[in-house]
Amino acid sequence: MAKLLMKGAEAIGEAAIRAGCLAYFAYPITPQSEVAEYLAKRLPEVGGTFVQAESEVAASQMVYGAAGAGVRVFTSSSSPGVSLMAEAMSYMSGSELPAVFVNIVRAGPGLGGILPSQSDYNQATRGAGHGDYHFMILAPATVQELVDWMIKAFPLSEKYMNPVMIMGDGLIAQMMEPVDFDSVKAEDIIEVESWATTGAKGRKRNLINSLFLDPLKLEEFNHKLAAKYQRMAEEDVYYEKYLMDDEPALIAVAYGTTARIVKTAIDVLRAEGMKIGLFRPISLFPFPKVELREESAKDHVRGFSVVEMSNGQMLDDVKWATLERKPVGFFSRNGGIVPNPEETIDFLRKEYERTGA
Amino acid sequence: MLNEVTLAGFGGQGIMTTGKFLAEAALGKDLEVAWVPSYGPEMRGGTAYCTVVVSDRPVGSPIVNNPNIIVAMNRPSYDKFEPMVKSGGLLLINSSLMDVKSDRTDIIQVQIPCNQISIDLSGTGRSANIAVLGALIGASGILPYETIEEVVTRKFAKKPKVLDINLKILRKGYELGVEAAKG
Amino acid sequence: MKTIFERPDSMTEKVTHYCPGCTHGVAHRLVAEVVDELGIKDRTVGFAPVGCSVLIYEYMDTDYQQAAHGRAPACATGTKRVRPDLMVYTYQGDGDLASIGTAEIIHAANRGEKITVVFINNAIYGMTGGQMAPTTMPGQRTTTSPMGRDTGSVGFPVRVSEMLSTLATPMYVVRASLHSPYNIIQAKKAVRKAFQYQLDGTCFSFVELLSTCPTNWGITPTGSNKWLEENMLPYYPLGVFRTPEDDLK
Repeated sequence: MAKLLMKGAEAIGEAAIRAGCLAYFAYPITPQSEVAEYLAKRLPEVGGTFVQAESEVAASQMVYGAAGAGVRVFTSSSSPGVSLMAEAMSYMSGSELPAVFVNIVRAGPGLGGILPSQSDYNQATRGAGHGDYHFMILAPATVQELVDWMIKAFPLSEKYMNPVMIMGDGLIAQMMEPVDFDSVKAEDIIEVESWATTGAKGRKRNLINSLFLDPLKLEEFNHKLAAKYQRMAEEDVYYEKYLMDDEPALIAVAYGTTARIVKTAIDVLRAEGMKIGLFRPISLFPFPKVELREESAKDHVRGFSVVEMSNGQMLDDVKWATLERKPVGFFSRNGGIVPNPEETIDFLRKEYERTGA
Repeated sequence: MLNEVTLAGFGGQGIMTTGKFLAEAALGKDLEVAWVPSYGPEMRGGTAYCTVVVSDRPVGSPIVNNPNIIVAMNRPSYDKFEPMVKSGGLLLINSSLMDVKSDRTDIIQVQIPCNQISIDLSGTGRSANIAVLGALIGASGILPYETIEEVVTRKFAKKPKVLDINLKILRKGYELGVEAAKG
Repeated sequence: MKTIFERPDSMTEKVTHYCPGCTHGVAHRLVAEVVDELGIKDRTVGFAPVGCSVLIYEYMDTDYQQAAHGRAPACATGTKRVRPDLMVYTYQGDGDLASIGTAEIIHAANRGEKITVVFINNAIYGMTGGQMAPTTMPGQRTTTSPMGRDTGSVGFPVRVSEMLSTLATPMYVVRASLHSPYNIIQAKKAVRKAFQYQLDGTCFSFVELLSTCPTNWGITPTGSNKWLEENMLPYYPLGVFRTPEDDLK
């Protein structure tokens, strides 16, 4: 199919439909209200359901109810709204319901600003709500990737019976890039009758529930969740290695929008003869720990340089993954400012020199 | 090949649309492209701008500090962006709305009366953004004229009269752009 | 031998955890009887609240989802919108519906969600141990209003049925009581009518059931029925507040 030039936010909506998701519940919030605007028009055309909820609290609980009924469903929001969804996130993890959440991150804390940020990394990867749970977190860097991961997110959430979050930022939602909606194949939802509340016809009744009155049963369930997250770490870790085949001396680590800036910076520095590569985590949870740890053990790697739009949230994971075997440098812009290529080049050049590469 | 084009003007001057047309034209030539808007409070009547990155390789950073082409449709945009044009780059000034000349000698500057072109051919200044699109292509040569013409034709396909006028405005802007770049 | 009374088919055999004299059991039974009578057991999905009746899913032999505190109307909206063929109802107490879930109930009603809400108003928080509810009566002593509800500092009890009745969206809103056999029969009719409206795809339907909580009120079960009659009925008048027939006239 010919590529379409599409805004990220609208591509999210269309990709969901291509993925077979015909239910969307949301509350408007900048910078991703265009998802709701797009789907308010588009879903009725394909027999789908859109409800503008009274709050993100309600929107996310509508997702809970619809997911419980065994249909594909998603919601999208931005940071302050996602905080309000923390309750439903915890309940859905505890009830093992599949669904997709999209967080188009804006700068915080509080009302913060509407410009791009990566300051919700901890909230996303550690679970915004209460209890010992995780979402799978996927961080695309282009509008095409946003589409591809939206389409893949639904079957992934069903594979694990666990919500999946697509995490982007205001830039990726607002920019237009060419997209091909057929670049990955959509998969049908598999069997739901064994768990969904669709009316107990010819079967025993189904319950969607996260209440355990017996602590031993709850502990058993907590262990089940832990095993599930372990399985994610074994089977569904995603990342990109950019210019890492020629034994680079320095490895930059960045995800999402920031990784694009870093790529541009690396291209410039490579032309100056500096051997720098980029390791870009795509799944932020499960984090590509094993792969980064392997890199950290290589003799030719002298250091890691993390670039983020936060005060260093992924930075902690990189330090943990690499065991700080090599120095881990850090550069960030905050407040909604995307690091520009020039300052990123300066940072990486200094890092390259500092680590003696 | 990498061209980074920033288009700036008043909100309501149609500058975001101009950027989209440019991006679509690039896509039509199978180039990689990213269209990045300024978003936020600026949307409401203030300065609006967007950046279009056109490349034959995947677009890395869509954030551009020093574009090689800048279009300034009004004075506030000129003041903001004139210092940012990359050395050796092109600054396109809408001379209908400002009588100004940059002191910079390391860039090419082109004065195009975009509103006047639109007024002369349509009676209103509303299509100044189409005039500047033509001028941009004419002065920079970043895409063949036909690719832009095709996008404009597609966009106004349902309004033949409007299309006809806009194609004339586009052509006029293009011709003046070619001429100005020569001089 | 003729059977004159039996467990509704839509209830499980599980013995409830409710205190002696609590009217939750009666309300559960009314709902189950209506589900049986309408023949909708195999397409009914209930939503359990947080509160004493959170375990209703143990007692009802239909599909059930447990909902976060106050959110049942939003959850039910999600299910009903994607599966309009299902019969979807919430069963909520007064802390759940009238306090933490105020936004959800008002907006579900205002959107005209084709769901049924059974609202248990017993003027107190039961599960957490007898704290003040938005529906607690003026002067009523609870663990968090030990001197009695002071309307000067916490306001007057919320009349949810009246509040919902101000909405322009067509709906069925009724208040009944469970304090006497006569009233229970009336309550059953109200529940049945509410489910019938949903079955017909007519409108949002809401049944408020005045209930007793002898344990937390600190009154005997029979004394509680009397207390409800003397204290709650004057403030929470029974009757039909809205019908879609009137609304659509």
